[in-house]
Amino acid sequence: MWVLLAIAVVVVGFALRLNSMLVVTAAGIVAGLIGGLSPVKILNAFGDGFASSRSVTVFIVTLPVIGLIERYGLQHQARKLISKLTFATTGRLLAIYLLIRQGTAALGLTSIGGPAQAVRPLIHPMAAGAAERRYGKLPEKLQEKIKGFAASADTVGLFFGEDIFVAIGSILLITGFVDATYGLQLEAIDIALWAIPTGICALLIHGARLLYLDRQLDNLAREARAEAKETVK
Amino acid sequence: MIKVEWFYWLCGIFFVLIALQVLNDRSNPKRIGSAAFWGILGLSFGYGTFVVNKTAPSWILGIAVIGLAVLAGCGFPGKGQERTTTPAERVKFADRFGNKLFLPALVIPVVAALFGAWLAKVKLGDGTPLLQSGSATIIGLGVASLLALAVGVALLRPRSPAVPLHEGRRLLEHIGWAAILPQMLATLGLLFNASGVGKAVGRVTDHLVPKGSLIAAVALYCIGMAVFTIIMGNAFAAFPVMTAAVGWPLLVQQFDGTPAVVFAIGMLAGFCGTLCTPMAANFNIVPAALLEMKDQYGPIKAQIPTAIPLLGCNIAIMYFFAF
Repeated sequence: MWVLLAIAVVVVGFALRLNSMLVVTAAGIVAGLIGGLSPVKILNAFGDGFASSRSVTVFIVTLPVIGLIERYGLQHQARKLISKLTFATTGRLLAIYLLIRQGTAALGLTSIGGPAQAVRPLIHPMAAGAAERRYGKLPEKLQEKIKGFAASADTVGLFFGEDIFVAIGSILLITGFVDATYGLQLEAIDIALWAIPTGICALLIHGARLLYLDRQLDNLAREARAEAKETVK
Repeated sequence: MIKVEWFYWLCGIFFVLIALQVLNDRSNPKRIGSAAFWGILGLSFGYGTFVVNKTAPSWILGIAVIGLAVLAGCGFPGKGQERTTTPAERVKFADRFGNKLFLPALVIPVVAALFGAWLAKVKLGDGTPLLQSGSATIIGLGVASLLALAVGVALLRPRSPAVPLHEGRRLLEHIGWAAILPQMLATLGLLFNASGVGKAVGRVTDHLVPKGSLIAAVALYCIGMAVFTIIMGNAFAAFPVMTAAVGWPLLVQQFDGTPAVVFAIGMLAGFCGTLCTPMAANFNIVPAALLEMKDQYGPIKAQIPTAIPLLGCNIAIMYFFAF
């Protein structure tokens, strides 16, 4: 039971906003020590874990080309393009992206989006461009809101789309674990089909919130303008 | 066969080149420690190949990993002065290149998807797969990035081949140590498993359900998946624990639920937790860093109001369709 202290280390560390790398390392060491692992075994676990999870860091290979096209005006071009589409508000754009992201993930094309591949170079500049057309130069509050929602459209679309595709990690984990542990023979396609109702709920809930974002941005912009006037007086 | 390790070496070389650049960057007040961070990280990526093949001891890498965490705790890596184009120059470039600028950006998803969906199934003459099995997406992303870079350089003709590297460093320095936080969290999951944290949680949840109430058991499974995912940052880690504690003994055996529905929706309830937690750094913290947000919890704040009703939907769907 004392090993649960390691979870407490994580919770307290994040709550105190300590450096996340240190918190995670400390929690790992605490768990290992209470769990009765020798120091060498703990070091081995750190090494093995790090080596076998290198795949999650591979996104960095996209950075040079994204940096390069940003240098030559990618974001400006995205804004220019979007300023021609007068129907495209920030919320509508992000809602369309949510639909595309979820649909393609459901077909197994999970690598089509992602924060490094799509949100930073394409989706966020377009969303920010649409807002700029409407409000002029964006105050920081609006910028932050748009960034947060741009990232969220990508993540929600991915999570509740990918599970509809049969050969995805989470489904293989379910069938693999359950079949091995309880002697069942589950079909991956059944698990995938039962992801559809939740997928539809996710699309409706987050899509509605993205469309509502336009109204929120209107309010924020109005407040920011009022504040600016106050300070001028 | 195209092996995924090649691409880990590519990442390693990229980090080492960054380290060398940082070492020479007089504008970076923390250049020694920052170069050490990126350099150790780059070497770890190469050394990891031997750890995975069990031809080198893993504790050496363990020491390097803890070293990286200590460097991060001391405020490394820091940022140098950005050497990129000014906004005015960018406007001019955008006028000149127009929509062609999107071409390299579009190459990445198209090529990556091609690898994942099609080349993953191609076999060589001797029956071995062309791409190392289970790694088609990673290999696809690596090839796609290189191709996109080639297209970008051919199109934009930067004055030196080092320009993409400098621009890559600009973005990487914005992300900082958060770039490897997801990898650290995966490592933590392994340590938690080895130390029996999962089993201990299972014993605690045992005492929480009122006996004989189906809706309470369904809610416990779904909310437990979400909460444990929030703590661990990963629904995959939560699934075996909560399924052993509640999903299998209570929902399937005692209440006779349909296994496919119970487990599919249990996992999705965990995903609702992933939307809310800084522990799922690759989905929630890295995007904030990539978008240069002031508030690193911005994406989470945008997601929580979706996650909570969606968790309710999951409980309802499981309650009505699994029994």
